Amino acid sequence: MAEIVLKNIVKRFGDLIAVNHLNLEIKDKDFVVLLGPSGCGKTTTLRMISGLEFPDEGKIILDGEDVTKKRAADRDIAFVFQLYALYPHMTAYGNIAFPLTTQRVKKSIIDREVNKAAELLKIKHILNKKPKELAGGDMQRVALGRALVRRPKAFLLDEPIGTLDAKFREEMRTELKKLHTDIEATTVYVTHDQVEAMSMGDIVVVMDKGVLQQVGTPSEIYHNPKNLFVANFIGSPGMNFLKCFPVKDESGAVELKVVEADTMIKIPENIQKIILDKKMIDAEMVLGTRPEDVALEFKECQNYIKTEIYIIETLGTYNIIDLKIGEEILRVRTLPSVMPDIGTPCCVGFDMSRIILFDKKTGKSIL
Amino acid sequence: MADVNLVSLTKKFGDIIAVNDMNLEIKDKEFFVLLGPTGAGKTTTLRLVAGLEKPDNGEIFFDNTKVNDFSVAVRDVALVFQYYTLYPHYTVRQNLEFPLKSNIRKTPKEEINRIVSEVSKILHIEHLLDRKTVNLSGGEMQRVAIGRAIVRRPRVFLMDEPLSNLDAKLREEMRAELARLHLDLGSTFFYVTHDQIEAMSMGDRIGILNEGIILQIGTPDEVYNKPRNVFVAKFVGSPVINLLEAEIAGEKLVIGRKDRTIECNLTDFQCKLVGTAKSKDVFLGIRPEDIIVSREKSGINSFKCSVYFKQSMGVEDILNLKISDELIFRAIAPPKFKADVGETIYANFIMDRSHIFDAQTEERLELSTQKLKL
Repeated sequence: MAEIVLKNIVKRFGDLIAVNHLNLEIKDKDFVVLLGPSGCGKTTTLRMISGLEFPDEGKIILDGEDVTKKRAADRDIAFVFQLYALYPHMTAYGNIAFPLTTQRVKKSIIDREVNKAAELLKIKHILNKKPKELAGGDMQRVALGRALVRRPKAFLLDEPIGTLDAKFREEMRTELKKLHTDIEATTVYVTHDQVEAMSMGDIVVVMDKGVLQQVGTPSEIYHNPKNLFVANFIGSPGMNFLKCFPVKDESGAVELKVVEADTMIKIPENIQKIILDKKMIDAEMVLGTRPEDVALEFKECQNYIKTEIYIIETLGTYNIIDLKIGEEILRVRTLPSVMPDIGTPCCVGFDMSRIILFDKKTGKSIL
Repeated sequence: MADVNLVSLTKKFGDIIAVNDMNLEIKDKEFFVLLGPTGAGKTTTLRLVAGLEKPDNGEIFFDNTKVNDFSVAVRDVALVFQYYTLYPHYTVRQNLEFPLKSNIRKTPKEEINRIVSEVSKILHIEHLLDRKTVNLSGGEMQRVAIGRAIVRRPRVFLMDEPLSNLDAKLREEMRAELARLHLDLGSTFFYVTHDQIEAMSMGDRIGILNEGIILQIGTPDEVYNKPRNVFVAKFVGSPVINLLEAEIAGEKLVIGRKDRTIECNLTDFQCKLVGTAKSKDVFLGIRPEDIIVSREKSGINSFKCSVYFKQSMGVEDILNLKISDELIFRAIAPPKFKADVGETIYANFIMDRSHIFDAQTEERLELSTQKLKL
């Protein structure tokens, strides 16, 4: 049970600003994911929340109490590095009890605490088993049980499943999310993998070079990215980008000239108005579209860009068809039954209600 | 430019059988992917084909010529690894020229220039030719490493997780580029990976390997839509397939325990299938996209459940649905379907898209005439 507030946090390592004026509110019971490439400051942020690092500026408030200067041990926060690192010679019970046995807690109390944790985690039936007899999800639960008996206010996890095989990682993602649903403890999770962030986070915090880029639900950051960095980082395959600039035609309507395709495309009136209001005619822009919002046609169409099939990626549930527009690759998501030959001429159009336009200079969305 | 044929290939390391009596035919010009978890024997297989390891048993043929006793150089294969092995102090051009300048080849100067310019064009590294490789990004280095393999025009390309060290975005880009490169070159590619997305998106055919044994060989469509056993069903596809413990009861499958059970009506074909089953205990395998969610009951295999938790995939949500503590499964919700955690909805199992596996052997139930060939 914890609410964590970061106020204007700055952390420097020599000349490097690892975290740059970060403000963040983490609500009680939320699963919050700090997401970004290596060097973005996500791990440093987590270590400051835990008390393993201290900020140079700013405050950290835990449940209304200023803990900025408190040591890690005095913060009641459980830091879990790797969820599958259990003592192999001990039973699940022994592993969970470990933090209490080392503190020489009374046997009867240990027993009560372990059983309570096991009940919450739904692992009472495996307490006598050793780690090698356990399935991956159960191992994770035991590792969390070990953290849970210390009754922490929040869980902090730093890339706990990053080194596993792709398939095992997928299983772990589901298990962790399920676990969070069951125990509802405030969790802060660090990863560079957007799939992990999207599939587990209630709230995703995107960071780059120490600077907060966007905070939102997975759906918000997917559908309304604030800038090119977030748009590019979120989604698999990622968002398509085409260089373009707005042009006014004779009637006064604003259209987009797509540079690589040398084609004009019409845009909705609300976007035209934004471009006019912001006086951005002829400004360099980037048109962003998600692969599922691109339509593929094999006949001549209006408001479409002409190209040909570059390659097809079959993924079972759906196909990704790659097209080349000049030097840029554009990806379209289709049903698995769409299997045109390589080189087939085609047209692509965009769901105009879902496009995003970015100012190329600032990288920010103008919508 | 070559087909590769592995016959009863076995390789042991002490007590561990890394490759166990493997039979595999890779066709000329095919993009073949060997897919499996860590420790499955993928890399060992690749090293046996390259000539970097000697098999304990079995034979390796390139175009009907037995190559067991041929050295790596004579086999004329090109290897691309996860870690790019480039000469750091050489420029990109020098790295590409290197294989052509060896004593065996002695390619004329004009010919070298022609090949290097052609290859760098294919890989989009023309602008990097005069840079030293230490100054390149991971993706650029991997392109150069592939380029160095291409210039030699080897008989077979052997690739061992070449994309694993690239970041997610670059990996996506390189997947498409590699698949296209394979088409443009018209060479035989033998590629190993643990990542099913790479296998599905690039492979003409996929072999799924576990503990040294090939479990199934097929096109991406075949392994996805007709998995031979539980392992393949689980390994291929993301989000992972639902596997529900079930019991055959006439023309129905009873799923779940005690009083919280659901009854799925089998299709006519499935009724015939379960007639051949050796035991009543089976797994029902059904992919998350083959469970359709709705607000109202819709059809005979539509079941009331509650939304346990959700996982966003961006374009759509994976709903984890719960009938009881023991009966939880995943369905893909269409983009416009919004449901809250705890809400009651209906899940419609599309049975003719489902798979039935024997619970004991974990093999797919098949009519005997339909047994898939390995």
